[in-house]
Amino acid sequence: MPAIKSLEDLKKIREAALQKRDIKTTNARVQIVIGMGTPGIAAGARDTLKEFLSIIEEQGLTDVTVRQTGNFGLDSMEPVVQVIIEDNAPVTYGKVTPYAARQIMEQHILNGAVLQAHVIPS
Amino acid sequence: MKFFRSHVLVSVDPQCLEMGAHEIVDALNDELVSWGLIDEIQVLETSRLGDPTRFGPDLVVYPENVHYANLSVDDIPYLVEEQFLKGRVVEKFVAKETIVTDDELGAPKAKEVRIVLRNCGKIDPHNIEEYIAEDGYQALANALTSMTPEQVIDEVMRSGLRGRGGAGFPAARKWQLCRQVPDNPKYLTCNADEGDPGAFMNRRVLESDPHSVVEGMILAAYAIGASMGYVYCRAEYPIAVANLNVAIEQAREFGFLGNNIFGTDFSFDLEVRMGAGAFVCGEETALIASIEGRRGEPRPRPPFPAVKGVWGKPTNNNNVETYAVVPQILLHGADWYSAMGTEKSKGTKTFAIAGDVVNTGLIEVPFGLSLRDVIFDVGGGIKDGKKFKAIQTGGPMGGCLVEEHLDLPLDYEALTAAGSMMGSGGLIIMDDETCMVDIARFFMEFTQEESCGKCTPCRVGTRRILDILEKICNGKGTLADIDRLEMLCEEVAKNSLCGLGQGAPNPVVSTLKHFREEYIAHVVEKRCPAKVCRALIRYEITASTCTGCTVCARNCPVEAISGERRQVHTIDAKTCIRCGICAQVCNFNAISVESG
Repeated sequence: MPAIKSLEDLKKIREAALQKRDIKTTNARVQIVIGMGTPGIAAGARDTLKEFLSIIEEQGLTDVTVRQTGNFGLDSMEPVVQVIIEDNAPVTYGKVTPYAARQIMEQHILNGAVLQAHVIPS
Repeated sequence: MKFFRSHVLVSVDPQCLEMGAHEIVDALNDELVSWGLIDEIQVLETSRLGDPTRFGPDLVVYPENVHYANLSVDDIPYLVEEQFLKGRVVEKFVAKETIVTDDELGAPKAKEVRIVLRNCGKIDPHNIEEYIAEDGYQALANALTSMTPEQVIDEVMRSGLRGRGGAGFPAARKWQLCRQVPDNPKYLTCNADEGDPGAFMNRRVLESDPHSVVEGMILAAYAIGASMGYVYCRAEYPIAVANLNVAIEQAREFGFLGNNIFGTDFSFDLEVRMGAGAFVCGEETALIASIEGRRGEPRPRPPFPAVKGVWGKPTNNNNVETYAVVPQILLHGADWYSAMGTEKSKGTKTFAIAGDVVNTGLIEVPFGLSLRDVIFDVGGGIKDGKKFKAIQTGGPMGGCLVEEHLDLPLDYEALTAAGSMMGSGGLIIMDDETCMVDIARFFMEFTQEESCGKCTPCRVGTRRILDILEKICNGKGTLADIDRLEMLCEEVAKNSLCGLGQGAPNPVVSTLKHFREEYIAHVVEKRCPAKVCRALIRYEITASTCTGCTVCARNCPVEAISGERRQVHTIDAKTCIRCGICAQVCNFNAISVESG
């Protein structure tokens, strides 16, 4: 840690500190949970995950978190993705290819319309 | 901006570095690269996350907020594969957290304004970055780069800040006096020897927000031209001392302490001195003697510490709270601060409320709030629906105030005029079951024990006052004793060397003023109206409610209770030691306390 010698130095440290604090306190509006068990990865869940990440980056979204979880127990439907918006009940999607991921992002997460074709009824 | 789905904060505290924190950061990055995750997960370095002696090299993963502790480089491949590739929490590395609840300081209550306590419980006191994120050290940077020391003094002068140690001397005036003394080097001391029974506002600030005190001291040192500072903290506050040392170490690392701070030619350093917990060491000349390694005894003033203090050099001494508020004043401006409070007492003050009140703990309120607001609104009223009797302000050196004073505004002048004082901010609230003679005896016992013994009026006088009070409580007092008490109090207050002796009689004087009839009842009627003084009370069994269950007789430690099963029991007053156990265990409320 080099000593702070000017106002600019302090400002930089402060901004970095604020960023770290935001990471800790972020309350995301949307959570995307991707099943990353062995069947999920085998079915291409990594590609799906990457697609979600790249859309978030393209659109500069700040209120979305992407989390991983283990096997959902729906091996034939992998990759399985759960979308939770605010306090609504989670919506579970099956066979989410990168193409489907983009559709979910555009229709459900950004416009609120559930993509019925991919929903796994609970 | 690049989006990362997960962030890893690795502690690079000096102790963690020693245990290999950088190797862990490297290993994490290597693993993330080899799994192709490096674009999704960001590794950041941060200041300390937990106690390194407990958690070793540690890191926190967000958004999951999982704290992994005691990691070694060999654990990283497994951790990365499980946590970041498969999204599973690795339980075996998770830190065992102890759950901490905060009884001292809850959420701010109505009428509270938190400035000194604003960061307490909100930021991690071990992490300087969190303090910086809350605008920490911003005031210091502004002052050092764009203000002269005189301008700093002017700003604090205009804010109306008065010393929070008790006497309420204008802080900036004190700084000016010290600055004007043509002698160098100059020293700065911080009085963290908080000794009033039931008061702990300073401890809380030192434990939860030590950087605010450090920053305030650096600013004061700049204003005065001091080159070295000492925080005098009692050894009974081990966490405060530890946190303060961590804060000082981090401030040095960031260049806020040491040579050429912010690239200017101003240099300043800080050190913590631990005291053995003598109450008199809160007196500034005794405090200075103790810092120098001598016996903690006061000396006559003048010369004042501003002229001859630590090592015989000009020294400025302020309380923890005074220093902690200085950065806020410089950050928001004098006008912001002076808009709060009364005409002569500006800003806010922290208080520790104790005694028979619903919400005990710490509060911070603007000056000018009435005692009624503090007790009934902020404090939530008297416990168990009882009646308010008195409030002791200003600690054992203060006085007690009664019902008629409840609408007094809380400020330095109003409390002094009413015969008490602001002190450091201890408030002890008493309900109608409190014996005021017993309270006076309690405070006198404390000051008598804490008298350093250097001057005769205090050493002998407090002992004699206590003797008389004990005599009265034991039912052996006479009316002449009350007169003697008043005379003694006057002499001790007038002739003692320091504030301890001068203030010691206050509780006796104020209780005599407001509750003289209780003293009279003790000496003339041999009766304790509040039924507290043991020598003057007796326990009685009400025949109509006693069922003869024998529970009192079985629990009496001295076998003073006799009676057959299912017959009314009796207490032998000669054997009874008035411990009150029988009244506690009786299931039928058949045992009452009587006096007179």
